[in-house]
Amino acid sequence: MKIKYFLFLFFISINSYAQEFLTGIVSYVNDESKSSNLEGVSVYWLDTSVGVVTDQNGFYSIPFEKSTNKLVFKILGFKNEIVEIENIKQHNQLMIENLDELDEVVVSKRKNTIQKSYFKTQNIVNVSSAELLKAACCNVSESFETNPSIDVSFSNAITGVKQVKMLGLESPYLLITEENIPMVRGASQVFGLSFIPGSWVESMQITKGSGSVVNGYESISGQINIELKKPVDKAPIFINVFRSVMGRNEFNFHYNKKINSKLNSTFLIHADNNSTINDNNNDGFLDHPTFNGFNFFNRYQYTNLENGIVSFLGIRFMKNDKKAGEDVANLNLKRMAWVSEINTERFDSNFKFGYVNPNIPYQSVGFQLAYSSHNQNSFFGFRFYDIKQKSLFNSFIYNSIIGNTMNKFKTGINFSYDDFEELVDISKINYSRIDKSLGGFFEYSYDNLDKISLVAGLRYDMHNNLGSFFTPRFHLRYQPFEKSVLRLSAGTGRKASNIFAENQEIFSTGRTIKIKNSNGNFYGLNSEKAFNYGISFRQGFTLNNQDGDITIDYYVTDFENQIVVDWEKQGVLSFYNLNGKSHAKSFQIELDYSITNNFKIKSAFKNYNVKKQYSSGFKQNPLTPKNRFFTNFDFSSNLDDSGKQWKFDFTYNWVGQQRLPIHSDQSLFNGKSPSYTLLNTQITRVFSEKFEIYLGGENIGNFTQKNPILDSKAPFGINFDSSLVYAPIIAPVLYIGLRLKL
Amino acid sequence: MKYFLIILFFISSYAYSFQDMESKSAKASFEVSGVCDMCKTRIENGAIKLKGVKYAKWDIPTNNLSIIYNSKKIKLDTIKKNMAKLGHDTDKYKARLEVYQSLPECCYYKSNSPH
Repeated sequence: MKIKYFLFLFFISINSYAQEFLTGIVSYVNDESKSSNLEGVSVYWLDTSVGVVTDQNGFYSIPFEKSTNKLVFKILGFKNEIVEIENIKQHNQLMIENLDELDEVVVSKRKNTIQKSYFKTQNIVNVSSAELLKAACCNVSESFETNPSIDVSFSNAITGVKQVKMLGLESPYLLITEENIPMVRGASQVFGLSFIPGSWVESMQITKGSGSVVNGYESISGQINIELKKPVDKAPIFINVFRSVMGRNEFNFHYNKKINSKLNSTFLIHADNNSTINDNNNDGFLDHPTFNGFNFFNRYQYTNLENGIVSFLGIRFMKNDKKAGEDVANLNLKRMAWVSEINTERFDSNFKFGYVNPNIPYQSVGFQLAYSSHNQNSFFGFRFYDIKQKSLFNSFIYNSIIGNTMNKFKTGINFSYDDFEELVDISKINYSRIDKSLGGFFEYSYDNLDKISLVAGLRYDMHNNLGSFFTPRFHLRYQPFEKSVLRLSAGTGRKASNIFAENQEIFSTGRTIKIKNSNGNFYGLNSEKAFNYGISFRQGFTLNNQDGDITIDYYVTDFENQIVVDWEKQGVLSFYNLNGKSHAKSFQIELDYSITNNFKIKSAFKNYNVKKQYSSGFKQNPLTPKNRFFTNFDFSSNLDDSGKQWKFDFTYNWVGQQRLPIHSDQSLFNGKSPSYTLLNTQITRVFSEKFEIYLGGENIGNFTQKNPILDSKAPFGINFDSSLVYAPIIAPVLYIGLRLKL
Repeated sequence: MKYFLIILFFISSYAYSFQDMESKSAKASFEVSGVCDMCKTRIENGAIKLKGVKYAKWDIPTNNLSIIYNSKKIKLDTIKKNMAKLGHDTDKYKARLEVYQSLPECCYYKSNSPH
């Protein structure tokens, strides 16, 4: 197919004192009538040596030449364009349409919002901010619903917080970093992702399987790195307002200020609130908590390209207060009401410094220093849970080469310090712990610039509670043909378990908490250790002149030790060290295809075999669907002349049967939840680059779990349980929002 | 003591690689003819695969190739000769016609060239 496209060359002549210049802009318009300016086009007078190159705005300025009036445009990948400049004054604006003479080239297509690379050694999926906009509401934990690599579940009928899973394993087994600083861990494990507003995110990198050794020993099933918006962002002001029919309000305000040519600052402000009481399933409990939240982030970026220096300094504050439990205002209770409050405050500050030697571009150093304090005070009925965590993280990294740039290495050290203080349950048992670790790493990467690349990393850590240990990780990429990539990875990971912080849903039950003490360093239990290995194959194809690809992944995580969270006995919740086998095997087949330039489809089937040895037998993890099917349709109309556009997004999720722990209130299910479908949709109307309105619906198929809170009539009894949630609690939620860039 | 050893190891490895840079590395920059992204890959990969070349970057608009190389292992002249062998002209060595004609189509830098 000949891609029809136009080349516009605009000329404006200006007079200067000594010499006359011809100036203009080189841009092209593709068949989606989208125009963009071309950088790096050589412009010269024919048969002379007078020439210039267009800048990043496609702008050029060339002195007039007496010997010729033929101006040549040398555009990368195209044949040259020769234009006769006859009379400058008459041709202030000259337009050339050129349909036939140009070679067939790929002109800018709409970029995929989820990008998978053929060239990276590791299995990394990049998620852009445009993808995050598809799930309009509102924080990072809610933003994975259009992404098949990550599963989102409902963790709790009381707090409504969505937990993420990768390769069948819960978020504590993921390393979640913010700009490569470990972020969502320890005290913030459950709520941490929900405290990062979605509009702050610039992009996310999701690594499946064993990650890099650079960021620590903690990742077991994968890594999620979140890049926040940088102070050098273009639009000085961004405003986003959101409202849902359930009464949720969200407000975002971003302000970027350029202080001087090297220093930029940004202020990100986020507030959310919901004071509406909803009890649509009439169980006497609020379907979602009421809350007030506030987030503030101020950051400075110093960039000096001549010296090769980039540095960031940021401070951040977050406060979130939630209230949940029985609907005290509308119920006429004769007994005491079961209510819950979760109040969280967090402070973060970080400093980053990066230096690239301008003379030796392959040498660079990076330094990071981060401090945070996280303070959660909460109660659930009679049960208390308070946790304070103070953390210090420090890392130094050096990048260089061995011989040539085909052989690169990264080496460095990191130090981390965590101070935990917890008050747990009815009797407020005090647990306190200090984790200190110092580690060094070396990661070598080889790229033969053709078919093979590999990354081999090793780190050694000394930890006061985990001991001293090595962490090896290995990645290999083999690309036998242009569009076929095979990736292998293997590596180990370890983790200090914060059993209460990671499993806070246990407090919204009447279960007695039991810990089988084995004299380990973590609540009497041992640390967790696992080996992850996997294979991924991706095959690209072209069908009807549209690109697509199929990816098949198979990953296995084998636990050497794990802390088993045992829900199997009604009225009891036990923690104990794994005694036997535990594995998570995940298979995924995914198809991405553009049916037309405007219509994209993404579809995935996933099978999870996640089993471990409980004291009552070798079983599939509860509330983990064995099979899932996902399809996302993404349609966008062409941008019209005035910059208006429609965008439609529709997600279909089929969630297979899940094993349910035995509970007398769910006995009719026979230990298995029914399978169901979940439908989400969103429509965005773009009025201009600056203004858009979006409207959407979550769970529009209206499937809900009828009794998410078991034994809800006796909330202080031993059989009360709000954690066995396998489906949405809330019926269709419609929402509307707007985005404004000034 | 363990901590001290680990830190010492890293410091000495940095010191070694910096010192290595100072002694043998030479920088050079010269014009290599080409047009597009495909030429960029050809030129950069062709240069980096030569023994002794540590770093190569070719700039499309200026056709300028910047290299860092070990002057004890390779001569600048050899690098230029090898660029011409790949089909890309340099100031000193020109590509043979049949090699030039075997270039990918987008790399035909000679048509309409002002130089």
